[in-house]
Amino acid sequence: MTTQHTTGHTSGISGAEIRLEEVVKRYPGQKTAAVESLSLTIPAGEIVMFVGPSGCGKTTSLKMINRLIEPTSGTILIDGEDVRKSSADELRRKIGYVIQGGSLFPHMTVAKNIAIVPKMLGWDASRVKGRVDDLLDLVGLDPSRYRDRYPRELSGGQQQRVGVARGLAADPPVILMDEPFGAVDPITRQRLQDELLSIQRELRKTIVCVTHDIDEAIKLGDRIVILREGGHIAQYDTPEVVLASPADDFVSDFVGSGSTLKQLSLARVNEVDLRETVTARIGEPTADAVQRAEAAGERSVIVLDDRDRPRGWPWLRQLKGDRIVEPTEDLVTVDERSTLNDALDTMLTSSHGAAVVTGDRDRYIGIVTFDTVTDHMRLLEDRAVEDRAHEQAAGERA
Amino acid sequence: MWDFIRERQDQLLYNAFQHFSLVMQAVLVASVLAVLLAVVIVRYSWLQGLANALSAIGLTIPALALVGVMLALTGIQPISAFVAVAFYALLPVLRNAVVGLQGVDPTLVESARGMGMSPLAVLWRVRLPLAWPVIHAGVRTSTQMAMGIAAIAAYILGPGLGGYIFTGLAQIGGANAVNYALVATLGIVLVALVADVLLLLLGRLTISKGIRA
Ligand SMILES: Nc1ncnc2c1ncn2[C@@H]1O[C@H](COP(=O)(O)OP(=O)(O)O)[C@@H](O)[C@H]1O
Ligand SMILES: [Mg+2]
Repeated sequence: MTTQHTTGHTSGISGAEIRLEEVVKRYPGQKTAAVESLSLTIPAGEIVMFVGPSGCGKTTSLKMINRLIEPTSGTILIDGEDVRKSSADELRRKIGYVIQGGSLFPHMTVAKNIAIVPKMLGWDASRVKGRVDDLLDLVGLDPSRYRDRYPRELSGGQQQRVGVARGLAADPPVILMDEPFGAVDPITRQRLQDELLSIQRELRKTIVCVTHDIDEAIKLGDRIVILREGGHIAQYDTPEVVLASPADDFVSDFVGSGSTLKQLSLARVNEVDLRETVTARIGEPTADAVQRAEAAGERSVIVLDDRDRPRGWPWLRQLKGDRIVEPTEDLVTVDERSTLNDALDTMLTSSHGAAVVTGDRDRYIGIVTFDTVTDHMRLLEDRAVEDRAHEQAAGERA
Repeated sequence: MWDFIRERQDQLLYNAFQHFSLVMQAVLVASVLAVLLAVVIVRYSWLQGLANALSAIGLTIPALALVGVMLALTGIQPISAFVAVAFYALLPVLRNAVVGLQGVDPTLVESARGMGMSPLAVLWRVRLPLAWPVIHAGVRTSTQMAMGIAAIAAYILGPGLGGYIFTGLAQIGGANAVNYALVATLGIVLVALVADVLLLLLGRLTISKGIRA
């Protein structure tokens, strides 16, 4: 755990750099190697997405980092240290591992699942218990309600959240994820992605995440590694660059046509201007809230709980009783780091034509509206037209 | 029949307990052995066909024949009865333990390895607890079977209620012949019921709520 202390104090980054040097994996009996000489540096504190078609070697490359698969040749260094220096078990206790569906042990409670690695590391019982509750809080599950439940008593999304909490349990500098959100429905997936971004903003781990979904890679990745058959890197760059200038036909085919809609996956909600609207707090006199809303010319209010988390978005006529009560609706919010694409999805399911935006720990920030998004799209199109004009001008000069 | 029972009350109770004790000890030893064997069998896939064939054949060996073989091998000793009962008790547990261990989701095992659990820890904390409901069912089947086998093993002086049955059979036509056979059979059924209730209780206590049916 020394890595945390050497890299953690200066910049708030708790992650460690990972380097793969000419790593090869040839499975027994295979004619061509599953991974042929992969060299790659993953900077500390970043999310790097491995994306590519099925069978291109993503999982193999990922599992070589925690030695679930031993490379045929080559070297892997974490924070400058060869992963073969310590035993595989010791190494793995310092690397979080999250796979599809959460892969929770069904015979253990949520708390026991999360506590596995801390217990192996010899933490005392009270520290483990505190950590479990902190983590459940972090992934948005009320500890008193969920800690003693068994996995089968949770929804798919909740199980996946616990899976993420378990991966973070011993505060490892590196976290490996293999298609972590592949098994949940699209709306839950979007929420889990937002939560991961929000957690990462706080923790700054080094996260290596495998996906076959280019949209997920664009959304989550600080950088994207696009792999083709045999673990060859087709392109390794930021999502912006990959979208704007694909390295070759393979990449542009894989990324898909760079329509304006796709570009919306690049713009985050916090890059556009959010609108303020009237909020009300659970328990406050209804009359006060209504008065404020009417003064501001609004026909609805956003109800916040005592931790500033938006809980509902009722129309004024729906407000009954003397005091604002806890809303029963299941309000879908978007994280400020969500893409405009996700925000658009959320708006489409809302009768307000807008989406509530939240920041760290789900705190309310503002709302994003259709108009904001269409304005942004117009801006993108204008820019594209300008770019084309520039290119043409350059072409004519040549 | 009441008089028959009352006259031999203490002796009957003693023998019923002996029967119970022989079966439970044999099942315990057999279960531990079976689980250990199953772990090895599941580890080496080429052993699996062999194990399946052997246990299928094993179950077809008539109990009386095995008892005869034991008699020839070890002579008339209480241990012979124990070995014969344990042999039969082993097979259902072995079969279920293999099925149970094979049924553990490989991604869970990999997940456990990925978190840094040693192979032994994975076995003890993940694979066995997950296979336990199936193994436990095997132990129950095996106990029921062993109750009958133990009666036959009484032929080679095993302890328990089986002795009465043979006494009864030997005296066929005699005054108490039917009583002997009937009381012993009923006694074995009762002992078997008690054992099953105890095993059910054990299951309640040891099978995680998270995977209970
Ligand atoms: N255990 C294995 N034994 C043999 N071949 C394997 C094994 N695991 C993966 N492969 C092969 O290696 C290649 C890469 O697999 P993988 O890394 O799982 O791809 P991805 O995760 O990108 O879908 C595939 O052709 C696959 O069939
Ligand atoms: Mg894969």
